[in-house]
Amino acid sequence: MRVVVDTDLCQGHGVCESEAPEVFAVGRDHQVEVLDPSPPEDQRSAVEAAVRFCPTHALSIADD
Amino acid sequence: MAVDTGQRRPTRVSGGEGGTGHLEELRVDPIGLMNRVRAECGDAGIFRLADRDVVLLSGAEANEVFFRSPEEVLDQAAAYPFMTPIFGEGVVFDAPPERRREMLHNQALRDKFMRGHASTIAGEVEQMVAEWDDEGEIDLLNWFAELTIYTSSACLIGPRFRRELDNRFAALYHDLEQGTDAIAYVDPYADIESFHRRDAARIGLVELVQAIMDRRASEPLPENEEDRDLLDILMSVKNPDGTDRFVADEVTGMFISMMFAGHHTTSGTAAWTLIELLRNDGAMAIVDDELAELYSGGAEVSYQALREMPHLESAVKEALRLHPPLILLLRVAQEDLECEGFTIETGQMVGASPAVSNRIPEDFPEPDSFRPGRYIEPRQEDRSNPWTWIPFGAGRHRCVGQAFAMMQLKAIFSVLLLDWEFELTQPADTYRNDHSKMVVQLQQPCVVRYRRRAVPRSTGAAG
Repeated sequence: MRVVVDTDLCQGHGVCESEAPEVFAVGRDHQVEVLDPSPPEDQRSAVEAAVRFCPTHALSIADD
Repeated sequence: MAVDTGQRRPTRVSGGEGGTGHLEELRVDPIGLMNRVRAECGDAGIFRLADRDVVLLSGAEANEVFFRSPEEVLDQAAAYPFMTPIFGEGVVFDAPPERRREMLHNQALRDKFMRGHASTIAGEVEQMVAEWDDEGEIDLLNWFAELTIYTSSACLIGPRFRRELDNRFAALYHDLEQGTDAIAYVDPYADIESFHRRDAARIGLVELVQAIMDRRASEPLPENEEDRDLLDILMSVKNPDGTDRFVADEVTGMFISMMFAGHHTTSGTAAWTLIELLRNDGAMAIVDDELAELYSGGAEVSYQALREMPHLESAVKEALRLHPPLILLLRVAQEDLECEGFTIETGQMVGASPAVSNRIPEDFPEPDSFRPGRYIEPRQEDRSNPWTWIPFGAGRHRCVGQAFAMMQLKAIFSVLLLDWEFELTQPADTYRNDHSKMVVQLQQPCVVRYRRRAVPRSTGAAG
């Protein structure tokens, strides 16, 4: 699983950070930072929730 | 093989032969004009706004160019001259994306404040319906406009400021919103009635805020820091010489601009959601059942409004798709750019229209019908059309208040539909928008009838 971010769209709402704190952080520049671009499978449901609830639809998952 | 790769200017739409081009048509039937641009010219076509070209883009590919372009290419601030007399000189229409992100993090729209806002909003609705008899009629425009003045002032400025407002503030605010005639593209201070009322309303709002500031200046601050609001903070800022940093005119301008984006938009969407639920067979029953089930355990609105309510959410989304509060989003091209083989020239205005793109039949089957089911998995027509499902815009300038707006609408309907039933009092097709101003509002009359439920759904439906 690979996490893909469209940085044009991210506004830094921080929903992803709440849903999957081990994978996403929204730092001082108010843009998402992907802490783990290829998270382990046990993070899948948390990452899927982040993708789903991102208010700007800036996140997606690519399965390689 | 000859392939034409030459770039070309978009063609110009028919009509608009007079001196101000298509301005008069824009003031009467803007959606008709914009639909004709797409029908005659395709994804990019030109209409004339006084002495300027507006390149109107539509469809996914062109919209993506519009929404992804950075500020240096498509500038937003210059595109809305009708806002300056409303906010006041020096109050920016919209900050650049970097600053917007900062603002989002430093103020009331942050995710972590949402539960508190949901409970505030539910309380405001309860306060307004407390004045209702067991049955009666409300004008949707006036009622929701007043409610959303209270909710947005309470959530964005603070409950202390909200308690100092009454319907006078809402009425003046309405006059401001009505002062958005497209004639502002020729002259924002033209000698017309709606602009006179706009300017008088702004003066009236400054007077109300001044009176509140005078009263506060003569009283001690609330002891508990949590009871203080944004106005207390602004009043505490001093110049080096000890005088107040912000006078009432500036404070009022800031409050007007903070509340503007979330006011007529939320108010109109609440009204249209109710109208569509009432005029489409079976639609209200589905939402009623969803709410009855969610609230059967007596859960609080503040908690439930943050959770998923797929049917109510879909109804709101479909109301937004059919009746987007903003029908034309504008920018000014700061450099030449290319879009689907067309050249957009420096200085041209560039537009994208939620009213046009939200109804493209290839993306939204039965485009003119209210079909909330289109958002339920697996269809999810909002997510699968990120560049044409655009009631909140898209990309860099996407509405930062979207999550707040959706939560607010869920909270409003949770309170209203649990204890009250509604019915239309006019023929269904007489509920319409008034498009004579850039700020779209419901056309009056727009009356519905309410009646207290014999058994409130919150307590009775589960049995």
